[in-house]
Amino acid sequence: MRWENFTKFLVIVVAILAVAGFYMKPLALSIKQGLDLQGGTHVVLEASDTVDTKVDDDAMKRVVSILERRINELGLTEPIVQRQGDRRVIVELPGVKDPEKAIEMLGRTALMEFQDESGNVVLTGKDLKDARAQIDQGGQKLVSIEFTSEGTQKFADLTARSVGKHIAILLDKQVLTNPVVNEPIPGGKAVISGNRSIEEAERLAILLRSGALPVKVDVLETRTVGPSLGEDSKEKSMQAFVIGIAAIVIFMLLFYRISGFIANITLILFVLLLLFSLKMLNATLTLPGIAGIILSMGMAVDANVLIFERFKEEYRNGKTLRAAMDAGFSRAFATIWDSNITTLIAAAVLFFLGTGTVKGFAVTLALGIVLSMFTAITVTRYVLKMLIHSNIIKNGKLYGA
Amino acid sequence: MKFDIVHKRKWWFLLSALFLIPGLISMAIQGFNLGIDFTGGTLLDLKFAQPVAVGEIREVLKDYQLEGSTIQLSLTGQETKANNVFIRTHVLSEEERRNVLGGLETKLGAFEVLRVEKVGAVIGSELTLNAILALIISWVLMIVYISYRFEYRFAFAGIAALVHDIFIVLGVFSILQKEIDATFVAALLTIVGYSINDTIVIFDRIRENLKTYRKSDGLAELVNRSIWQTMTRSIYTVLTVIFATAALYIFGGETTKNFSLALLIGFASGAYSSIFNASQIWVTWREYDEKRRTEKRIKGE
Repeated sequence: MRWENFTKFLVIVVAILAVAGFYMKPLALSIKQGLDLQGGTHVVLEASDTVDTKVDDDAMKRVVSILERRINELGLTEPIVQRQGDRRVIVELPGVKDPEKAIEMLGRTALMEFQDESGNVVLTGKDLKDARAQIDQGGQKLVSIEFTSEGTQKFADLTARSVGKHIAILLDKQVLTNPVVNEPIPGGKAVISGNRSIEEAERLAILLRSGALPVKVDVLETRTVGPSLGEDSKEKSMQAFVIGIAAIVIFMLLFYRISGFIANITLILFVLLLLFSLKMLNATLTLPGIAGIILSMGMAVDANVLIFERFKEEYRNGKTLRAAMDAGFSRAFATIWDSNITTLIAAAVLFFLGTGTVKGFAVTLALGIVLSMFTAITVTRYVLKMLIHSNIIKNGKLYGA
Repeated sequence: MKFDIVHKRKWWFLLSALFLIPGLISMAIQGFNLGIDFTGGTLLDLKFAQPVAVGEIREVLKDYQLEGSTIQLSLTGQETKANNVFIRTHVLSEEERRNVLGGLETKLGAFEVLRVEKVGAVIGSELTLNAILALIISWVLMIVYISYRFEYRFAFAGIAALVHDIFIVLGVFSILQKEIDATFVAALLTIVGYSINDTIVIFDRIRENLKTYRKSDGLAELVNRSIWQTMTRSIYTVLTVIFATAALYIFGGETTKNFSLALLIGFASGAYSSIFNASQIWVTWREYDEKRRTEKRIKGE
């Protein structure tokens, strides 16, 4: 009997269990959650050519930066604006309160124009320096605008020659307001009235501040998950995860006893490592992603089943415990390798061709396969060896044979 | 001698055919219940404060010429009313959608928006194309890998078993008219990954046993032995993944139900086809090739 090995074995087991007990849940919760879990809106926008402007790389870059400016003004935590392909932009708005309004705001071209009485465009949104929503003493909801120095000059000229006449302020070719000019305005400031609510005034201000999109942008796809559905999905998948892992743990204990116990310990280590890697990769956890984790747990256990079955065979053929274990690991390795590589091929294809949640699933599955090769083979072997070398439990039956 | 699986292979092929044919007929006749991910459209998933009936919803939708939409309640038991409603329409503009939601609220009372999705038709057709492309690419890559590590007959036999599993799942989804969405594609590819994994384990054993193979033993006998040597593993493994997916199916949320159902069917079919179809195809093929080679040799002499 070698107590040294047995102590080492115990230390490893207790260490893994302790780390899992303390860190598993906080770690799982600290991984960035997808919109399907935390609620929010996912929008896909597509730019199309207009008469004046073609969609090119430069136009798309401007679209992205303008959309970013608009979204940042909404005050959300961690919104995402991402270009996809030549003409598409993906926008993710976690926890957005009024998704309908946000979507509407994203797709607006927001081209602002000032016209004189005869309809000539004198100024555009480019001449604006700032725009702010405010309420005046009379309770009117206004957007106060400030022009650039060039814009100030143009606006002064416009108002000077329009005294007593109408001018019009248009947004995307629709008249916002067309006041009569009482006197020339040289100070470079003006207000736009006629907003129904302060929220509407604020949205208009944001649109004006962030500038007009250079091309036409259409909303191709929107997906909104309400916060309560997200919460519900999160809770249920957590439950499924716990039950799934419990079923596997009990199964392994019943069929492989001590070997099963060690496989369970390394399975817990596997889940820890998988969560840790997802966190390090700054991956987003989605519902299919959780399914991927549950599935890869099944695959991690499969490697152990292969090894232990091989061990049983070798042991029954008359090998000693140690020799049978060694043979089990080395012979099962080729099998595990070939079978896992083929599964990895499927995961890789999913990753490169899938989008959004499907991609998240592929990442967890692929990571799971790679990590399981390490935990289910290397770690299990190391820990089992220690126990066998300690010579405390010599009966092959207790190892599942 | 254990039960001779290989010898009875005609029966296994027949059993597979029995499962495949109704599915194929259903696919041809009624097709699939494609979700908006594929067809494009708008999905409203609403939870009303007061239970509502399908008829009431349809009545409101009439005002917007949307009475032809799919309306589903998540019902528990015998009631005809439920709080949770799914409505699937053609693509609604942002404004149309606002109007419909407003109309529902004034006529049927307050609700909470669980999910609102709008998918343009362009995205839908891209998804279908991508899904088919993904399946084919994964098959080609697997054939290449297996041909390299084993031999081409194993590769094609394995892929044939895979195609079988995919069609079983497609068939069941067509017969039950379960909704197919983007995650279904992920489920199919997972089944691909799992089923081939299962098959490879048996092939691997055949490959190992072939090293000590003597012609007098008979190929069928060798394959039968290989299948039985890996049988416990095959059963245990399918059990563990089925535990895990069943947990997801039973306890997971509504949104992953169809996903885990596809996985459950696929895993079960994958386990079956690995044990009863894949190696049998290989044996049949190899025996046929050997017979032809001997015939050629005899003729040549």
